[in-house]
Amino acid sequence: MSKVRVLVGTKKGAFVLAADGKRKDWQVSGPFFAGWEIYHMKGSPVNPNRLYASQSTSWHGQVIQRSDDGGATWSPVGNKFAYYGVPGTHQWYDGTPHPWEFKRVWHLEPSLTDAETVLAGVEDAALFKSSDGGTNWEELAGLRGQGAGTDTYAPHWQPGAGGMCLHTIIQDPANPDRIYIAISAAGAFRTDDGGKNWKPINKGLVSGFMPNPTGEVGHCVHHVAMHRARPDVLFMQKHWDVMRSDNAGDSWHEVSGNLPTDFGFAIDVHAHEPETLYVVPIKSDSEHFPLEGKLQVWRSRTGGNEWEPLTAGLPQKDCYVNVLRDAMAVDTLDECGIYFGTSGGQVYASSDAGDTWAPIVRDLPAVMSVEVQTLA
Amino acid sequence: MMRVVLPQHLRTLAGTGAEVELAVPAPVTIRRVLDALEARYPMLCGTIREYGTGQRRAFLRFFACEEDWSNESLDAELPEPVTTGREPLLIIGAIAGG
Repeated sequence: MSKVRVLVGTKKGAFVLAADGKRKDWQVSGPFFAGWEIYHMKGSPVNPNRLYASQSTSWHGQVIQRSDDGGATWSPVGNKFAYYGVPGTHQWYDGTPHPWEFKRVWHLEPSLTDAETVLAGVEDAALFKSSDGGTNWEELAGLRGQGAGTDTYAPHWQPGAGGMCLHTIIQDPANPDRIYIAISAAGAFRTDDGGKNWKPINKGLVSGFMPNPTGEVGHCVHHVAMHRARPDVLFMQKHWDVMRSDNAGDSWHEVSGNLPTDFGFAIDVHAHEPETLYVVPIKSDSEHFPLEGKLQVWRSRTGGNEWEPLTAGLPQKDCYVNVLRDAMAVDTLDECGIYFGTSGGQVYASSDAGDTWAPIVRDLPAVMSVEVQTLA
Repeated sequence: MMRVVLPQHLRTLAGTGAEVELAVPAPVTIRRVLDALEARYPMLCGTIREYGTGQRRAFLRFFACEEDWSNESLDAELPEPVTTGREPLLIIGAIAGG
């Protein structure tokens, strides 16, 4: 029987939640790396027992952990993230030049074809690659325009409130040379040559806070999602606005439709229905909690524009948690499971594509990331 | 042998107890202590001093013989009770955060 393993990164450690395919009875392991912030954990699609975790604190900086037994045991690997060449400057909050400074790894994305290869999205925004299981890291510096023939306007990138982080990495399963990434608050970018050259893919985004609301860069992209079967179709939760691209990001159009608020962080796509999307509407950028204290996932079965609230099993009063950008994931069982974690420490699961929900755990530290592995 | 007391998170990261013993060639300085510590426990690289600059991480401090050595030169020789192991070099995390 199939099993699922949910990897949960929190403000104070990592947890592994496991269940069989019924997804009713859960075994909770952890905390791993107790007391450290775990921005992200993710397993290799090639070897599901190979997991990577990003562990950090303000005291001790960045550590990368690796497991070869599905999270039962871990070993620290390489944590040296050195920017290529002279790092240069980006814009600071006040518009002045500020040197690139490594702070932490926000997201780890294992290769689709090699368990030893993994990408890391970091703050200050850059993309790193390891080809030896996380031991050594090298920047794919073309993203910042270093040694590339294309301009990504990196000196004009500016941090959002959460820092200038590269938080989203999506590999095209049909084209190993194509990678999408997203940065707050620079926007989305794409490479078509394995990371040497990059271009901004932000046409159609409108951000009212920018001096030029339709600028080439500067958009606060919160997250991007893709269905494996249609790698040219992307869905984006921007700071405000839910957006869709049907041409690999060359242009975007808004699909917020009837959402009660189109601010939010998380977005994901059903494992078997490429037009079925999930978001968690959040009231506003100044009030990071659900509208009216009602925690709701909204689902579109039409690729956006037409949305329905999913509330069964979710608190519908006095709920003021947030759901962060990397804290939603789907499994690939026949009836798709949806999972998300909250700033209140709950991890909710639905084993029926969102129709009904139940908490797996209620009292973890604030959840920063959720990933799911579907195991044979 | 000299002695170094590590903060809690680094003990768990390195899999050590509170205190580790190190052989450090004279003159015993904080830089040499950290070199020896990182050679013995490579997973501590970057967690006490920054990669690149080699400077002490901002939320850590060094104490020797009840004195704050955090802002002393990394190449200043530590006091004799520390170099001989009668007193430990303390690496302390700031009491901050939540």
